[in-house]
Amino acid sequence: MPQTLYEKLWQDHVVHQEADGTALIYIDRHLIHEVTSPQAFEGLKLAGRKPWRVSSIMATADHNTPTDHWDRGIEDPVSRLQVETLDENIREFGALAYFPFKDPRQGIVHVVGPESGATLPGMTVVCGDSHTSTHGAFACMAHGIGTSEVEHVLATQCLLQKRSKTMQIRVSGVLGQGVTAKDLALAVIGRIGTAGGTGFAIEFAGSAIRGLSMEGRMTLCNMAIEAGARMGMVAVDEVTIDYLRGRPYAPQGAAWDRALVVWRKLHSDEGARFDSVLDFVAEDIRPQVTWGTSPEMVVSIDACVPDPTDQPDAVKREGMGRALHYMGLQPNMPIRDIRLDKVFIGSCTNSRIEDLRAAADVVRGRKVASSIQLALVVPGSGLVKQQAESEGLDRVFRAAGFEWREPGCSMCLAMNADRLEPGERCASTSNRNFEGRQGAGGRTHLVSPEMAAAAAIAGHFCEPAMLDSLSEMRKTP
Amino acid sequence: MDKFVCLDGVVAPLDRANVDTDAIIPKQFLKSIKRAGFGPNLFDEWRYLDVGQPGQDNSSRPLNPSFVLNQPRYQGATILLTRKNFGCGSSREHAPWALLDFGFRAVIAESFADIFFNNCFKNGILPVVLSASEIDDLFALVEATPACTLLIDLERQLVRRPDGRELSFAVDPFRRECLLNGWDDIGLTLRHADLIKAFEEKRRIEQPWLFA
Repeated sequence: MPQTLYEKLWQDHVVHQEADGTALIYIDRHLIHEVTSPQAFEGLKLAGRKPWRVSSIMATADHNTPTDHWDRGIEDPVSRLQVETLDENIREFGALAYFPFKDPRQGIVHVVGPESGATLPGMTVVCGDSHTSTHGAFACMAHGIGTSEVEHVLATQCLLQKRSKTMQIRVSGVLGQGVTAKDLALAVIGRIGTAGGTGFAIEFAGSAIRGLSMEGRMTLCNMAIEAGARMGMVAVDEVTIDYLRGRPYAPQGAAWDRALVVWRKLHSDEGARFDSVLDFVAEDIRPQVTWGTSPEMVVSIDACVPDPTDQPDAVKREGMGRALHYMGLQPNMPIRDIRLDKVFIGSCTNSRIEDLRAAADVVRGRKVASSIQLALVVPGSGLVKQQAESEGLDRVFRAAGFEWREPGCSMCLAMNADRLEPGERCASTSNRNFEGRQGAGGRTHLVSPEMAAAAAIAGHFCEPAMLDSLSEMRKTP
Repeated sequence: MDKFVCLDGVVAPLDRANVDTDAIIPKQFLKSIKRAGFGPNLFDEWRYLDVGQPGQDNSSRPLNPSFVLNQPRYQGATILLTRKNFGCGSSREHAPWALLDFGFRAVIAESFADIFFNNCFKNGILPVVLSASEIDDLFALVEATPACTLLIDLERQLVRRPDGRELSFAVDPFRRECLLNGWDDIGLTLRHADLIKAFEEKRRIEQPWLFA
């Protein structure tokens, strides 16, 4: 019988199944960071247990680490203790790899895993972080878990799981100029809502997906959780294989050839049945901007802020009103008229080399608008930073007036010093525009790296292609 | 984990959809390396008028009088009533830890986000899914009844209203057993240690690159 990719991955990892369908699923890769692991290690120690297989563990510090003045260390004592606790736990128990604070390979766990080759097709990948869905770009069964489950995986190398329903999101055609994987992700969430994928594992398929780079696929799978799906995934193709070739933890030589035989089967079979199928046309998608406090509150750059009075559903209408109040926006104002205070380019969604190249292309030879108080670029990892610097991207950003920082999660969730002040408005390449996410009272608009870069230059939202005509208009007396 | 068999408690209504885990427990409190002590910072940005910091004395902070948990009639609530997609966003288990530490043992909603839903069961909190119309009726009931209580019976999978009406709910048999008995998942899984070892050895031979 034809199988979906998810069904193949599920079947390949079932150790044992209970009568009600609850299965014991084997975990190949366990990614660990400092925020959601200390209580798990503590629980393990209290119970007198040891990790089942430390060679499954890759760990790094990312959420609390500062993005500047590394010479001063981590100045916040509470953050420092959490990072040091990770150091101690890895020192005591071991890991396949650990990239601590200041290590040249340190970075956001969902950037570091794939770039090191620790994320390989066909794996189950878990991490105490909801954006673990990112790794599904490599045809992995990858999802976020809570700390109790981190402890469970440490102790047993397994998780207790119920099978998810399957959803296929087919995107035909080719994304237009200036339209990115981020815009596609936001457009999908805008249509199905933040609970639209609840209970499902989403597979992204179709010509527009095959046309995406691995970086783009990671951005898309990363945002699956914002559509409510714990997992997003993409089948293996030559793009996947080309990306993995030669990565430090990817197989080499004969093992590589054997792996390829297995990996090339990691796709949904012709005629496989999904519980739900949704179709999108790539050419219909325009650059997206969120206007509210949930990723589903999103419209295209050409649109206006929606009017709650047009919403028939009372709970939704009230939610829209509350969001507009929080965001300090008026219904029906054009998205292009929204003026920004800060710009953040970074996060596990959009901080990979391709994201930085795209943003730099928009910025090159231009200046950040004087009304922008801070424009920040935070590379996803030390290796992304090195690569960008070798291409001169840091100089492009700095010359324009951006700050070029050290890697980490930074202002995506503002656990470190990078944050919005109450009332500040930010164009952000991150993944969540929840109330207070980037700092108490902060106002977040989610966009692609290109759109964030263009907003930094213009001081308000606009498409990169419009920047030249804007500057012409400013010159005209 | 504490058992969950039957709960008879006061209901607090949080009339919003899509309540995310950043709202349940803001990021600055995730720096703790402990499991306990998150209760005073549950819904911190809605509950207080200032911005909270970890390690602060919360008893002297200005409360937001209009926030539901600050209203006298809902003091001592152990059941939270809310709308759809509760717990969306991050995987932080600090969210159920904060609810538990505050005193909640059950959350009733039209739907829950997957990871949060799962995390509840690991901490002895029962997430109860009811239909939109049942939820609407409960909001009306709680609004009209001072210190309204509900009885949640996990054994019979029923929510009983003060007027005697009973609302049935579904729950996975395995998760129900674990909650009713207060079982530790890890202990249960380790009964299958031999199966796990055998699976692992076979996998190591078939796909050795996964173990490099």
